[in-house]
Amino acid sequence: MLALDKVGKTYPNGVHALSRFSAEIKLGEIIAIIGGSGCGKSTLLRAIAGLDRATSGTVTLDGTAITAPHAKIGIIFQEPRLLPWLSVADNIGFGLSDLSAEVRREKVTRALARVGLTDKANAWPRELSGGQAQRVAIARALVPQPEVLLLDEPFSALDAFTRRDLQDHLLDLWADTRPTLILVTHDVDEAVVLADRVLVMRPRPGRLFEEIAINLARPRDRNSAHFDNFKRRVLTALDRSLDRNVPDSEAAANAGEAMWW
Amino acid sequence: MLEQADVAMPTAAAARLSRFARPALGLLLPLCLALGWELAVWLGYSNGRLVPPPTKVFATIAELAKSGELSRHITTTLSRVAAGFALGVVAGTVLGAVSGYWGLARRLLDPTVQALRAIPSIAWVPLFILWLGIFETSKVALIAVGVFFPVYLGVMGAILSVDRKIVEVGRIFRLSGPAMIRRILLPAVLPAYVVALRVGLGLGWMFVVAAEFMGASEGLGYLLIDGQQLGKPAQIVAAIVIFAILGKTTDWLIELATAPLLRWQDAFGRERGAA
Repeated sequence: MLALDKVGKTYPNGVHALSRFSAEIKLGEIIAIIGGSGCGKSTLLRAIAGLDRATSGTVTLDGTAITAPHAKIGIIFQEPRLLPWLSVADNIGFGLSDLSAEVRREKVTRALARVGLTDKANAWPRELSGGQAQRVAIARALVPQPEVLLLDEPFSALDAFTRRDLQDHLLDLWADTRPTLILVTHDVDEAVVLADRVLVMRPRPGRLFEEIAINLARPRDRNSAHFDNFKRRVLTALDRSLDRNVPDSEAAANAGEAMWW
Repeated sequence: MLEQADVAMPTAAAARLSRFARPALGLLLPLCLALGWELAVWLGYSNGRLVPPPTKVFATIAELAKSGELSRHITTTLSRVAAGFALGVVAGTVLGAVSGYWGLARRLLDPTVQALRAIPSIAWVPLFILWLGIFETSKVALIAVGVFFPVYLGVMGAILSVDRKIVEVGRIFRLSGPAMIRRILLPAVLPAYVVALRVGLGLGWMFVVAAEFMGASEGLGYLLIDGQQLGKPAQIVAAIVIFAILGKTTDWLIELATAPLLRWQDAFGRERGAA
């Protein structure tokens, strides 16, 4: 279990980015964190990843405090961040350097097949499309079999079709080993399609505003009335988190189509 | 020889034509100028005494080669450049890497290096001769100084500009310090390093001439001075031509040696594709 206990972050320049964020996340849960800009979503994710230390509170994974990157916690960034001097296969195997070459090759081969890029094994990252590159990044993060996978707006740079494909693909991959997924997103649709729980944050300073459980069976139908219902609830919570008036039903219906910024 | 290659062009296959067409195009202008001048001298429009026609230059080179003098001069100059280049590259790489990697060292070291860089390197010549004597050591030292600065700047700048996002990937996979250097920093700075080496080599060739002007009894720079003092313009042009060939060849060797390491770059091997 991943436990966040009153996690806070104040940057050296005095910006209070995150304040007393607490949550308990069970192994295998999918959590979406959503909120307006400056609500500390990315700060929180970087604290969980061990990239930046929280200035107050603790992050613990199964009782171990996280203060630096941890073997059981992986992260996927908004950009694929592939190493341009390594082939696709070597990029996927990047985190497996402590294994023997043989085991590594086998795991990489399986991962390549799993993300449907077997024919790109020896390609350079520059030869991939945006969606392919992000698939390689997902494979690279998943192949060491993390218990917790963090995703920082992983699909926001992709076109709508590719994004939808990759959301489904991510769920498919998640089902293999069922790690905990913590996804930071701007996209209400994405949050509702993927998450068991949506955590809505409010800005200045960033803190937890509301938690919405998405009680929908998977696979989820993006066009069902239930789905729309949950989307509306998340949107309403978002608007209230920014002290806006609750939108009328027409505005909510339209807003669900677009990305929420 | 060059003319033959040019003549052979039209008979080559179309694919090879496109591969050779561009360099051949680059040769067109110098070849026309050379031929034109040859013709002008031959037809008597000029006596060609101060500006020797190509045949005379090649005759001079052939004569120098036959007597064995040419290879002696080339070997001397090449070994000076090699020694100076090696010294400059090692010093520039080490200090550049230290300054780039370690902030404290940069604050201590870099201002001094930048101040020294502002001194025209030729200004060191009198001092080097006083300190190191008129013979090889002072010449190699001057070349090393010329090579040092671009390599130092290139290495330091390359390390400073390594993408933080890529370094973060290394942190996520918990690379140790040495592993971070080997697996992330080294490959990331390599393209800029190759450029720095090529710039450094170019300056090395520049400074070997300056070094050989300050009293040498052999070397291509000596050929230049000797040609001036004895009024042999053909010998001067011959030495210049050889400088051009050697400079271009050594630069091409660096490019050739590093190309396999840089295949991943966008700019390399695009035409040949990844198939």
